[in-house]
Parts: sequence; C-alpha cells; structure tokens
Amino acid sequence: MSDDYILQLENVSRFFGSVIALKDVTMRLRRGEVHCLLGDNGAGKSTLIKTLAGVHRPSEGQYLVDGKPVEFASPREALDLGIATVYQDLALVPLMSVARNFFVGREPIRKLWGFFPIMNIELAATISRDKLAEMGIKVRDAHQPIGTMSGGERQCLAIARAIHFGARVLILDEPTAALGVKQSFNVLKLIHKARERGISVIFITHNVHHAYPIGDSFTLLNRGQSMGSYTKETVSKDEVLDMMAGGAEMQKLISELDGMQI
Amino acid sequence: MALAHHPIAGSGDGPRAVAAREDERVRALAWHRRLLHRPEFASLAGAILVFIVFGLSAGNSGMFNLDGIINWSQVSAYLGIIAIGACLLMIAGEFDLSIGSMIGFAGMMIAIPAMYFHWPVWLCIIFAFAGSMALGGLNGYLVIKTRLPSFIVTLAFLFILRGLTLALSIMFANRTIVSGVGVLAAQDWLATLLFQGDVAKDLFTWMAKVGWITTLDSGEPLVKGIPKVLVWWLVLAAAGGFVLSKTRFGNWIFAVGGDANAAKNVGVPVRLVKISLFVFTAFCACLFATLQVCDVGSAAADRGLQKEFEAIIAAVIGGSLLTGGYGSVVGACFGALIFGVVQIGITYTNVNSDWFRVFLGMMLLIAVLFNNYVRKRVTESR
Repeated sequence: MSDDYILQLENVSRFFGSVIALKDVTMRLRRGEVHCLLGDNGAGKSTLIKTLAGVHRPSEGQYLVDGKPVEFASPREALDLGIATVYQDLALVPLMSVARNFFVGREPIRKLWGFFPIMNIELAATISRDKLAEMGIKVRDAHQPIGTMSGGERQCLAIARAIHFGARVLILDEPTAALGVKQSFNVLKLIHKARERGISVIFITHNVHHAYPIGDSFTLLNRGQSMGSYTKETVSKDEVLDMMAGGAEMQKLISELDGMQI
Repeated sequence: MALAHHPIAGSGDGPRAVAAREDERVRALAWHRRLLHRPEFASLAGAILVFIVFGLSAGNSGMFNLDGIINWSQVSAYLGIIAIGACLLMIAGEFDLSIGSMIGFAGMMIAIPAMYFHWPVWLCIIFAFAGSMALGGLNGYLVIKTRLPSFIVTLAFLFILRGLTLALSIMFANRTIVSGVGVLAAQDWLATLLFQGDVAKDLFTWMAKVGWITTLDSGEPLVKGIPKVLVWWLVLAAAGGFVLSKTRFGNWIFAVGGDANAAKNVGVPVRLVKISLFVFTAFCACLFATLQVCDVGSAAADRGLQKEFEAIIAAVIGGSLLTGGYGSVVGACFGALIFGVVQIGITYTNVNSDWFRVFLGMMLLIAVLFNNYVRKRVTESR
C-alpha cells in the first residue's frame, strides 16, 4: 500500500490539566482507505476524534493534513479542508424535515424576484432525496420530519450530508453503536460506498466484528496510548480482538479465574 | 458551496423513476392529511369554530357589522403583533415574559420625554424603539451568557420594567398615567404617518357617500378607515411568516429551537439567532406601545399587564411548541384572532363577559393537548 497520507498525527499528546488523555499517539490515514480506530471506553478515542476535528489542539506533537502541519483554531477550519466529523448525536434536528436538516447551516439560496435571497426548498428536497437514494435509502417525502426515520437512516443521512458537502475525510464516531444488525450492515455498506468514491474514512468503534470486514488498517488505543497501527494483511481478526480486550491482562484474568476455587 | 453531483453508483434511471412515481402517489393522496400535519391547523379550525359559534349566537347583534368587525379585529391586531414576536422566539426555544412590562415601559419612554423634556414626538418614538430593542438585546445576552432558562431571566425583567414604569410615572407625573401625548402626536409627522389614526379614509368616505356603509348624522362614515394597527399586524404577519418558512434565517430559527447543540455543530450562529429574536420581540412590544400611546393619547403604568401571557397563549393556540423547534406565525395570528373575537364577541352575546377567561383557559388546554399529540405524530414513526 502506498504511503500517501491525507491525515497524520505524529507523536501527539493531549493533556487536560494533570490528566493525560493522549500520550505519544501516532496515526496515519492513507488516501482512500478505511482506517478503524479501536479502543475500549476511556481509551482516548473521543479526545483523538476531537483533535482530528479541530476541537482540541495537540499539547505536543504534530497534526499534518496533506503532509503539511496544521493548527486548527476551530472545527470550522477543519471542515473547510474537507475533514468532516459525524458525531454520535448526528447534529440532526428531529422536528425538522429531511430537506431542511440536510441543508441546515448551508441552505441553498435562490433569488426571489431577482434580488431577494430565499431558501430554495425544492432544490433542497430534490438533492436530499437523490443523495439518500444513492445511499440506498428511499425517502417517501423529503418534507417529512427526521423524527419519523429510524436510527440507521438518520446515521446514513448524516453521512450522506457530510459527503455531499465535500468531505474528503469522514470521521465517524461510533456510527453503529446504537444500531441493530441490519441497520449496522447498511451503515457499513455506506462506508464502503464512501471509500469507492475515494473518500478516506476514520471509523471509530469498539466492535471488531464491524471494524474488521470493512477496515483497511487498524489503530488500537488503550489508556491514552497507541498499541500500534496494522494493515489488514498483517493482522488477523482474533489478534485485533485480543489486543482490544487487553491481551496479556486478559490472559492473566483467565488464569486467575481458572485457579479460583468457588 | 459546491453542489457536486456524483453519478449514482450501480443504478440507472429505473429505481429513480420508481421513486418518483411513489412520491407522486403520496402527494396526490395527502393534501388534506398534510393540512392535519400543519402546525396552524388547530388554530385555523378553532378560528372557524369561533366564528360559527358567534355567528349563530350573536349574528344579529352588530358584531359582524363594519364597526363590530373593526372592533374585534383591532383587539386581535394588537395582540397579534406581540404574538408574532413571542411565536418566533418560542420556536427558537426561548420565552420572553417581559413583553407586557416592556409595553408599559416603552409607553413611558415615549410619553415622559414628550411631556417633560419637550422632545418632539418622532424623537421620542425612535428613542423608545432604540431603548426597547437594547433591553431586548440585554435580555437575550443574559440568557445566552448565563445559560439560565429564559423564563427566569425575563421574569426578572418583568418586575424590573414594571417597577420602573410605575416609579417613573409617579416621579414625573405624580400619578400612574402620563396623558396629553395624543395632542402632540396628532401634530407629529412620524406619529401621524405610521402610528396614529386610519388608512384608506378616502375610500371609506366614498363608500359612505354611495351608501354602502353606515354613516353618522353628519354624513361622515361611522368607521373612518382601517386602523393602522391592522395594517401593521398584517404586514408583520406576512413578513414574519415569510422569513420563518422561506428564508435561511427561518431555517436557523427552527434548528436553534429544535436542537441548539446540533445547530451549532452544523455552523448555525445560535447566539446571533436567539439574541436577534429577543430584540425582535422587544420591537413588537414597543410597536404595540407606540400604536397604543398614539391611539389612546397617554401612557399608563398598567399598560400591557399580562400581555406576555396572552401573547404566549396565542402562539401556543397557533401550534407553537413550548419546547421550541416547531410552530407557525400564521397559526399565532389565528390564535390572536380567536382571542380578539372571543373577548369582544362575548360582550355581544347574553353571556357574562367574566366567562371570557374560563373559555380562554380551556382553549389553551385543548391547544396544548392537541400540540402534544401532533408532536408525537411528528417525532415518532408514522
């Protein structure tokens, strides 16, 4: 695989007062790959995402986009470079329609009577319906409220929206966490479609069974430190699972349990 | 913003055509059901019901003569103006309980400088608008800055402004009313141009001459024209409804009220939207006060008492959710219309007008229950 990196974190640390959230983490995202970020609760995934998204700045180390060091002052700047983050809350408003949600904050404008700027709701409806159809979601009516859609459909809408607005890098924060089997599958298909379009994806999860089939490479986080990055060829599903569970610690636990007299 | 159109992977025209046909089928079926889903449906139905009830019980009493119509529509218009402000603010997820006190205070900001500092009335009016809107902005700023519920912040202003209104009135006039402004306003270009009196007077004089409308003994028409407050109401309703449903700012209002955090994450300037709506609400309150002062000719310490509740009730009857994110300006206007028709209409019937509040409370209760039902339908799967 090539070493054409679109995002790089080089020896990044992040401290919050006395708390070490990230320590010496290196993570490199190749252009057009799906990179899975795995880790248990408290591993530092959230801090890492927020660093990538421009919410936090690294306390130490370097953040590079297209090989050039960057210092984001706000998430807006990251977004302008095409780094889009889909958080778990999805940034969707349940009472608003599909079309309005798709374009909120970036409304398409047309001129009424040639000068007065108004929102082009029909265009918004058409585009949002088409984009969702591309992702395999049939929306009966783009004017129906988001509240009527399922969790998986909402997740797909949030991803479709990020892609439509020119995301080069998609950062997906546990997109399958709250979903059932079938809906998770739809989201994984969507990630696959995004990759086919040349979009690089960082897929955060703690579910190896979701990560392994779709991922090209894997970075494992544990207690704020990276346990290394692996490409799919160099690591098996069981090995990933093992590292996720804390490998050696797990062995120790198992042996302790074995020796126990109940 | 680049509207990139990617080719659809693995699908030709087939699935799309099917999707389009399905859409059309849904649309063809749905117009009357769509009406049921509109936020203003309840208030529209309520308004029709109220008209039927009063048409049957007070149809011959003069309530629906021209002067009767002007009478109740004027009451509706005053309330409608502040209901539009309250409605937009409520959709954005905030309340302003200081609307009523703001009406009293804005009246004093016009009357006191006019009577005691001898400012020209136009300057007093501009001063009152600037002062009210600054206070509205302060309201909004405090709500945003402290992250306290707007309920409690504006409740403080309810008392502060009402207290100031009373104290200033006593201080300058030595009583709770500052009168004599009407005469000054009648000679002022701004007051007569925009706030005092009626429009379309020539039309009404002509109609009186032809004999289409009732005249006084002198030959003058009984109703001289359309009160300016009605024109203001209609203009504001049209503008507010247009902004809410058609513009980008309107989309932001819904987003901010629906989920402020989500709105912020997609780049909506949440603070700007909320503060500007607090300013707009204060503008509406000041407009109410200006029209009233020019019409009645005085400012008084009890003006606008409880109007904040009436405005909120009109907005809720109009389908706005108390929790924000959903509602309609047109609905709020129908809410205000129901209010005016009932309040005035009840005096045309044999029913004691003490029952007005009972009726109003019941309307509010029904509206809230209905809105709750609508929200459930909207947010839960169909």
